[in-house]
Amino acid sequence: MPIVKIDGKEHEVPAGITILQACEIAGVEIPRFCYHERLSIAGNCRMCLVEVKPGPPKPQASCAMPVADKQEIITNSAVVKKARNGVMEFLLINHPLDCPICDQGGECDLQDQAMAYGYDRSRYAENKRAVPDKELGPLVKTSMNRCIQCTRCVRFAAEVAGVEELGATGRGEAMEITTYVKHALTTELSGNMVDLCPVGALTSKPYAYEARPWEMRKTESVDVFDGLGSAIRVDVRGNVVMRVLPRLNDDVNEEWISDKTRHAIDGLRYQRLDRPYVRKAGKLVEATWDEAFAAIAAKLQGVDGRKIAAIVGDQCDAESMVALKDLMAALGSPNVDCRQDGSKLQSGPRGGYIFNAGIRGIDQADAILLVGSNPRLESPVLNARIRKRYLSGKCAIASIGVPVDLTYPVERLGAGAATLRDVAEGRGSFAEKWKGAKNPLVIVGPGALAREDGAAVLALARSLATVRDDWNGFAVLHTAASRVGGLDLGLVPGEGGRDVAGILAGAQRREIEAVFLLAADEIDTSSLGKAFVVYIGHHGDAGAHRADVILPGAAYTEKPGTYVNMEGRVQLGQRAAYPPGDAREDWAILRALSERLGKTLPYDTLDQVRARLIVVNRVFAALDRQSPGAWGEFGKAGTMSDEPFETPIRNFYMTDPISRASRTMAECMASRQQAAVAAE
Amino acid sequence: MAMITADPQDVPKVDSFSFTPEYMAKVNEVIANYPPGRQASAVIGVLDLAQRQQGWLPRAAMDEVARILQMAPIRVYEIATFYTMFHLKPKGRYLLQVCTTTPCWLRGSEAVMKACQEAADGTTFSVQEVECLGACVNAPVVQINDDFYEDLDAASTRRVLDAFRRGETPKPGPQVDRQTSAPEGGPTTLKGE
Repeated sequence: MPIVKIDGKEHEVPAGITILQACEIAGVEIPRFCYHERLSIAGNCRMCLVEVKPGPPKPQASCAMPVADKQEIITNSAVVKKARNGVMEFLLINHPLDCPICDQGGECDLQDQAMAYGYDRSRYAENKRAVPDKELGPLVKTSMNRCIQCTRCVRFAAEVAGVEELGATGRGEAMEITTYVKHALTTELSGNMVDLCPVGALTSKPYAYEARPWEMRKTESVDVFDGLGSAIRVDVRGNVVMRVLPRLNDDVNEEWISDKTRHAIDGLRYQRLDRPYVRKAGKLVEATWDEAFAAIAAKLQGVDGRKIAAIVGDQCDAESMVALKDLMAALGSPNVDCRQDGSKLQSGPRGGYIFNAGIRGIDQADAILLVGSNPRLESPVLNARIRKRYLSGKCAIASIGVPVDLTYPVERLGAGAATLRDVAEGRGSFAEKWKGAKNPLVIVGPGALAREDGAAVLALARSLATVRDDWNGFAVLHTAASRVGGLDLGLVPGEGGRDVAGILAGAQRREIEAVFLLAADEIDTSSLGKAFVVYIGHHGDAGAHRADVILPGAAYTEKPGTYVNMEGRVQLGQRAAYPPGDAREDWAILRALSERLGKTLPYDTLDQVRARLIVVNRVFAALDRQSPGAWGEFGKAGTMSDEPFETPIRNFYMTDPISRASRTMAECMASRQQAAVAAE
Repeated sequence: MAMITADPQDVPKVDSFSFTPEYMAKVNEVIANYPPGRQASAVIGVLDLAQRQQGWLPRAAMDEVARILQMAPIRVYEIATFYTMFHLKPKGRYLLQVCTTTPCWLRGSEAVMKACQEAADGTTFSVQEVECLGACVNAPVVQINDDFYEDLDAASTRRVLDAFRRGETPKPGPQVDRQTSAPEGGPTTLKGE
């Protein structure tokens, strides 16, 4: 490993890295604008100049220069300081001094670095250049006068998001960052460009002029809009969630989050359930908690447990799910299901329902087979990870299902189960590649599992999995944040119990008399028949409209909660704000209700609920760990239909009660529809 | 240099563009200069062919080039807007690129420029002021489409332009009695055996 001298101190650094990276290892800070760890090197901002010996007698851009043995790097000399001052002066020539009205103010790289390298006055008396603003869709606001042309956004669009729509046109003073043709960006990751922009050229449109970074309380939490469990930071002013930003987590989301994760949060302000309701004479009327509980207790009096059922929604925390499970057990009901979409996953061996290889496993896979999955809609950040693997050129990727644009080319093998059988039985050219692969990864999506023959598809996919001590190539892609937690806790029908379809059918035939919906809105509520419906949740969505009693709960930003992501990683979300009005945390509602029903649950504090989680399943004892699940038999061989595999997500921007209430998401949807119409 | 506005709006709308068979053959020739899979390297050459066929580069032509070379359209737009020799707005049949850099200026490019500007009507002739064309020894010089017309003055410029207007192609090179950059009126040295 080369030994370099940085500012007079010797450091041993890995070969093949750049001087800027070496300085970072040595703890020497180098200012930069265009350089970003997760993007290709551009070397065009010139802010990272250092002196290098031996080398040319002028400062070098450290981000683009590799380290070599016995190199001497000087970062703090007068020459370096002067060079960086010069670069900063040039950058500021055409930069408007509008920090007081700029949304980036307070978290702006240019502002911060100008403090260290800027002059206190301008020597530039000519006119500054003016650049027309661009229309990049409902999420990204542009103020192109502020652009310093670092091209981070261009590189992000081309490399990570996989949509080559941004570019730098013209040259010299006329250079502009633009889509050239007016249109909104067609990526689900566009919000990340706002984070990447080192100045205020790209800012968040929904958050424009809303708040200043120093006014907000920052809470680290976990995302619930898809099964990935991205690490997020929730910024709150007063009791209002102002914005959501990604946190670094290389194991899960690197530093990206999807547009839904970032921008659906305005849905937390609308359509909220802030007090209990009880249906009287066909109309929902406001009630007190006491009245609501009394109505439930009266209805459930003397009802056989087998006639009671519960369905769990897609964004529930593990605490509320375990409380519901215990309550249903106490009521004597086996009819519990956490698989709203009718997925045929079972609660059996953990290896059968998690993303065993882990998100990091994608980086090692050398063959990926997507079965009934459109990761671009189901989990855009995961899709970016697969794309990164595709770009490495070391991975063959094929898909079985309806053709979709994943932002990287895949070999399309076929549409349905017959093709999957072909691959499993070794027919076709991809099957050859599959056999030759060291770390093949089969990703089974909801499009293959949420159907009648899901168990048979699951069993067939299982036969494709390579399972070794160091590799488990079976992966289930979940769209619901609560799903793995629910399966871990066993929220599936017990002995003789009914699943979601069974519950709905039973409700219509009057065999089910009472149904608890724990924030479950993605079921067909019109088929609940005459059943007595108790809705525990945070939004006035489909479930609440059908409910006979509404118990207002807390959304994910309003309660400390445990979530298990698709790879089986147990993560803690924190409370960033308080639920509105009379709403309470969901587990506490269930605990209070259990007392009124005479089946008091044995926990009074959150810690006791979490202790109960660990009793139900040991995995809850370790936070933020990922390992392949126990391997065993799962799925059930059987006949399969010819129906093509198709992702259940029709509309990425509206998949859950929060995003359906979000105006930003509605705008995104309208923008996409407009683009689709314009394209025709 | 004039500011190039991305996606100019004041240009006639060209709905579709496709290469004629002759030009398509040339396109394939340019692409064949590069290894398979590296067809995007041919972009400047193919754009030039598109511009020669159309006279200028409408967006439809750039999109067609992107399609042929399997590139994202924005990558083609970036290149077409970067180089000043690609014309994103219609121009006259003959583009008069008048050099006004010092040597040409000293030799009277102002008069040449004036003559060109008088002729410029936007359909037959368009004028563009350019930096040194590298033919200072024959200053002043005007590049008309692909050819250099050298040793010009106002009168000879008008003569050349009139010939173009009549549909003729005047002989490129010096417009005075001189072989390339040899002395006027024939050689003065090295005449004998």
